[in-house]
Amino acid sequence: MDYSAAELMTINAARLLRDGDVVFVGVGLPNLACNLARRTHAPRLTMIYEAGVVGAQPARLPLSIGDPTLVSGAASVCSMYEIFAFYLQRGLIDVGFLGGAQIDRFGNVNATVIGEYARPKVRLPGSGGSAEIAAWAKRTYLLTPHQQRRFPERCDFVTGAGFLGGGDARRASGVRGGGPQAVVTDLGLLEPDAKGELILVALHPGKTVAQAKANTGWNLRTAPALRTTEPPAEAELRLLREVLDPGGIYLKGG
Amino acid sequence: MSKLTSLSEAIREHVHDGDLIYAAGFTHLIPFAAGHEIIRQGRRRLTLARATPDILYDQMVAAGCAEKIIFSYSGNPGVGSLRVVRAEMEAGRLAYEEYSHFAMITRLTAGAAGLPFLPMQPVGTDDLARANPQYRTVTDPYSGRLLNAVPALTPDVAIVHAQRADADGNTQIWGIVGEQKEAAFAARRVIVTAEEIVDERVIRSDPNRTILPAMIVSAVCHVPYAAHPSYTQGYYDRDNAFYLEWDKLSAKPESVRAWLNEWVFGLADRAAYWSKLGPEARARLAVTPRWSQPVNYGEF
Repeated sequence: MDYSAAELMTINAARLLRDGDVVFVGVGLPNLACNLARRTHAPRLTMIYEAGVVGAQPARLPLSIGDPTLVSGAASVCSMYEIFAFYLQRGLIDVGFLGGAQIDRFGNVNATVIGEYARPKVRLPGSGGSAEIAAWAKRTYLLTPHQQRRFPERCDFVTGAGFLGGGDARRASGVRGGGPQAVVTDLGLLEPDAKGELILVALHPGKTVAQAKANTGWNLRTAPALRTTEPPAEAELRLLREVLDPGGIYLKGG
Repeated sequence: MSKLTSLSEAIREHVHDGDLIYAAGFTHLIPFAAGHEIIRQGRRRLTLARATPDILYDQMVAAGCAEKIIFSYSGNPGVGSLRVVRAEMEAGRLAYEEYSHFAMITRLTAGAAGLPFLPMQPVGTDDLARANPQYRTVTDPYSGRLLNAVPALTPDVAIVHAQRADADGNTQIWGIVGEQKEAAFAARRVIVTAEEIVDERVIRSDPNRTILPAMIVSAVCHVPYAAHPSYTQGYYDRDNAFYLEWDKLSAKPESVRAWLNEWVFGLADRAAYWSKLGPEARARLAVTPRWSQPVNYGEF
């Protein structure tokens, strides 16, 4: 079966989730990835939404992060202060998903501004939950199309901390979470090496190292044992197309 | 004591030029009717605070009500950019003060608790703290570790939409409860709009659901459908189609102006707005009931 870039990224993101994970879910592709994982290999996934919903079982695809379908049938609803303080700051969240206009060599994320803060070239929406998710979730996964402008050597502004300047910097900063564990793009997967630098560890079927290098803003290194990801399975694609995003709101892209 | 009044009267009495307004509600229960009434009454130089400014503040900024926004995510939720706010920020015409969601909500919580500030664990990056000097650090007196701190946010007015309230202002909300309680307790004056005004006995039949007590509420207004295009859990659905339409419409200042003329200035109130939306939209947004199980409080 053919598939779009968005479907490819969603399916690969879903495969990173483990059964039993407590996940801080974002809208768009992360939301689809979590719902796909819950319906396939991770039925005991607990989905938490920053609006204050715990254990959501959405019956339809929510456009926004505060959709009423997240509440009906959920295990608990609490205030936003509680979701960020009692769940995220307290350390109860296993996985957070982040996106952003820029992801740099050390997995730092910019969702705030392109250019100088005081003189924005492009003003982006800003942190929302990302600063704390990046800091305090045990593992974070980043999803973004593989384009050079999205992968600069350094972010113009660090909204969410990755491995900061690399080496011991993140641990020294005292944040509790483990930082980015993988970046899923439409070309493959990047993972941090021992110093926190993102390196290419896998390519999707038919993609090349040259493509990945050409679309990365730093000198992208390649893992010694470069893997090829399993192509999307028919069952995964059917779930996405027929159940999770039948209108193709998120998945038509690419 | 009954605080029932019309929304136009409540805005006239409690919202003044130059006020700091917090129109509460995270995606859910956004008080659009009150925002539109503020636009109609021509309030100016407001500071508009919200975690997500949402389309409501896009409209209020477009209408010229605001000189500053305080926010933590300035996007059209699930759609993309908040075009009016973004254009004004990029052009340097709108002052802004920016936080993360957690910092924004922590500010309200400090305000609600009567504290000057509250600490938060550090997040590894201080780029935002460098951009916004309201972020400070404080030393934990027990461990000696450095924590982030943000100051209390104490709005002049908080506006809260709810499923139901009694005439005194005891207010019940279910579904996403966001930051309504913190915003209301932090504010000097609180305007409540409600889908239904109920007898005090209805409120007292389920006191755990009361999120605002009468003592902090200044005015209570009966305004059905006040949250559209946001939603009211159990009453009507979020109008996602309108959020997508606003993304297109707000690309041009002329079409924003035309929309404001047609849907805000051209209408007397929310009843006229809901009627103008028409039967197709009303049918599309209707909600199938899903009741909770009643709980037993016991007779004592």
